[in-house]
Amino acid sequence: MKKQPQIQLDRFEICLSGLGGQGVQTLGKILGQALALGHSYYVTQTQSYGPEARGGASRSDLVISSHPISYPKTDKIDLLVALSQEACNRYFGLLKPGGALMVNTSLVKQIPTNRFLGLPFTDLAQDRLGLPQAMNTIVLGAITFLLPFAKRTVIKKSLEETLPAKIRPVNVKALNLGHREAEKRFTDLPTQWGGEESGD
Amino acid sequence: MAKPKKKSGREIFALGAEAVVEGALLAGCSFYAGYPITPSSEIMEGMASRLPGTSDGVFVQMEDEIASMGAVIGASLAGRKAMTATSGPGFSLMQEFIGYGCMIEAPLVIVNVMRGGPSTGLPTSPAQADVQQARWGTHGDHSVIVLSASDVQECLAMTVTAFNFAERYRTPVILLLDEITAHTREKITVPTPDSFEILYRLQPSMPPEWYKPFEETVRGVPPMPPLGAGYRYHVTGLTHDPLGFPTQRPDEIVALLERQFRKIDQFFFDIQLADEIETADAEIVVVAYGSVARSAQLAVAQAREKGVKAGLLKLKTLFPFPRTKLERLAPHCKILVVPEMNMGQMSREVKRVNTGQFAVRTINRVDGQIITPAEILKVLRRR
Repeated sequence: MKKQPQIQLDRFEICLSGLGGQGVQTLGKILGQALALGHSYYVTQTQSYGPEARGGASRSDLVISSHPISYPKTDKIDLLVALSQEACNRYFGLLKPGGALMVNTSLVKQIPTNRFLGLPFTDLAQDRLGLPQAMNTIVLGAITFLLPFAKRTVIKKSLEETLPAKIRPVNVKALNLGHREAEKRFTDLPTQWGGEESGD
Repeated sequence: MAKPKKKSGREIFALGAEAVVEGALLAGCSFYAGYPITPSSEIMEGMASRLPGTSDGVFVQMEDEIASMGAVIGASLAGRKAMTATSGPGFSLMQEFIGYGCMIEAPLVIVNVMRGGPSTGLPTSPAQADVQQARWGTHGDHSVIVLSASDVQECLAMTVTAFNFAERYRTPVILLLDEITAHTREKITVPTPDSFEILYRLQPSMPPEWYKPFEETVRGVPPMPPLGAGYRYHVTGLTHDPLGFPTQRPDEIVALLERQFRKIDQFFFDIQLADEIETADAEIVVVAYGSVARSAQLAVAQAREKGVKAGLLKLKTLFPFPRTKLERLAPHCKILVVPEMNMGQMSREVKRVNTGQFAVRTINRVDGQIITPAEILKVLRRR
């Protein structure tokens, strides 16, 4: 991939969480790959899930930094993406003060704060694409809009490199849909990400 | 240890398990037999997709882990670099054949991605509880090499090292990873094949009629031709004489067993690998391995910021235990901290070699969660 200029980051932590089968791990891989190879950041992506193939909790953690990363797991989360109510309840406490919460409002009905970014990802996938499996790529589109250090072209490249040719077109559509919807609905964006205070 | 000679190669964003596959292929592995088990399955998947594409690669899914080890030993005798990967329950099944591999001195590599135990335990959670099993799991006095890796790039390098040690010392080598190391994705550089030193087992230089398969040599490692190359070869798990046939003679028994120990013992300087991070003036040193070493590295950096003279000794060879690396710390270091995801297995080794120079503090966690930097920092700051 072509190298892109980067914004300095010191341990920016993202936690992607949801149910097994929602595509949380794939989402983490595509995002991590784009940031590591496309934007040349140091990235660690770790995973945590139960023994079930579907259902159960699934979580993918990314640490993104301009410097080498020692501890690979998340500690104080800058961006929490919760795709299910259970994940939102369980991980909200790990969000650092000033961190951003993005929820799937189709499934998360009780949101523990009124400062959040919400989109009905499951409904969007079903209604607009007719393909519930593409939900995670819509989330990826919204994340791309949110993160100032991730370029849409780079994410798109990573997406296309990861997925088999058969499902590429619909996923590119999903990525653009997520980005567009986020642009439309996310008005109260974080202006100051808390990435500077924690040291590595 | 295998070090890349120059910095070149392709960058990939890969799992620790995928790095093991890259390392194995670089080292010249051409045979894999295994049975899938979480969290090691990605290694098997990688070998299944990559090996058949190589010039002479063979991949076999066996009926269980016992058969997998048997197939790996057979391939090794036939002259191939062979490996398998598993996790705790499968590793237990492999133990008998690991002993056989030690006895007949078959070069091979076993990767054990540790998960919570005992028994089925916690299939998707990390642990480091197979450390003593890796050393002493099979019965009888035997010598074996146990290695470890803490990040994705190291997974690749240590896999190459594992193959090199196996070939050089004609012994099974166990690479112990944990779920976090195997399931962490990072950007790594896959070096070009010529950038590593790759070792191969010694071949006999004598004519076939003079060849004795278990003969004494200077290094203690007899040459090993592949079966079918014209050299008469007999292997047995029974205690054997230099020709490979069973013996009951006390002098031959002791010669065999002592040679099998000596071939590794006299090369401790080559085998015992550890990274020292800020240990030069450290008064308190964390001794860690695997993913916990990464937590320790952050904790040590944070402790230094707070004025604590802390250091980290990251073990890459677990057995033979790198005793001299610890002893070298003694003049300035008074306290050792051993964090590990078990009830205290490596700390036993640390305490064993400690002859009163150090106070040993342990941090143990067995709930399927990684030990956090904060937990280690707390102990580093308690003076």
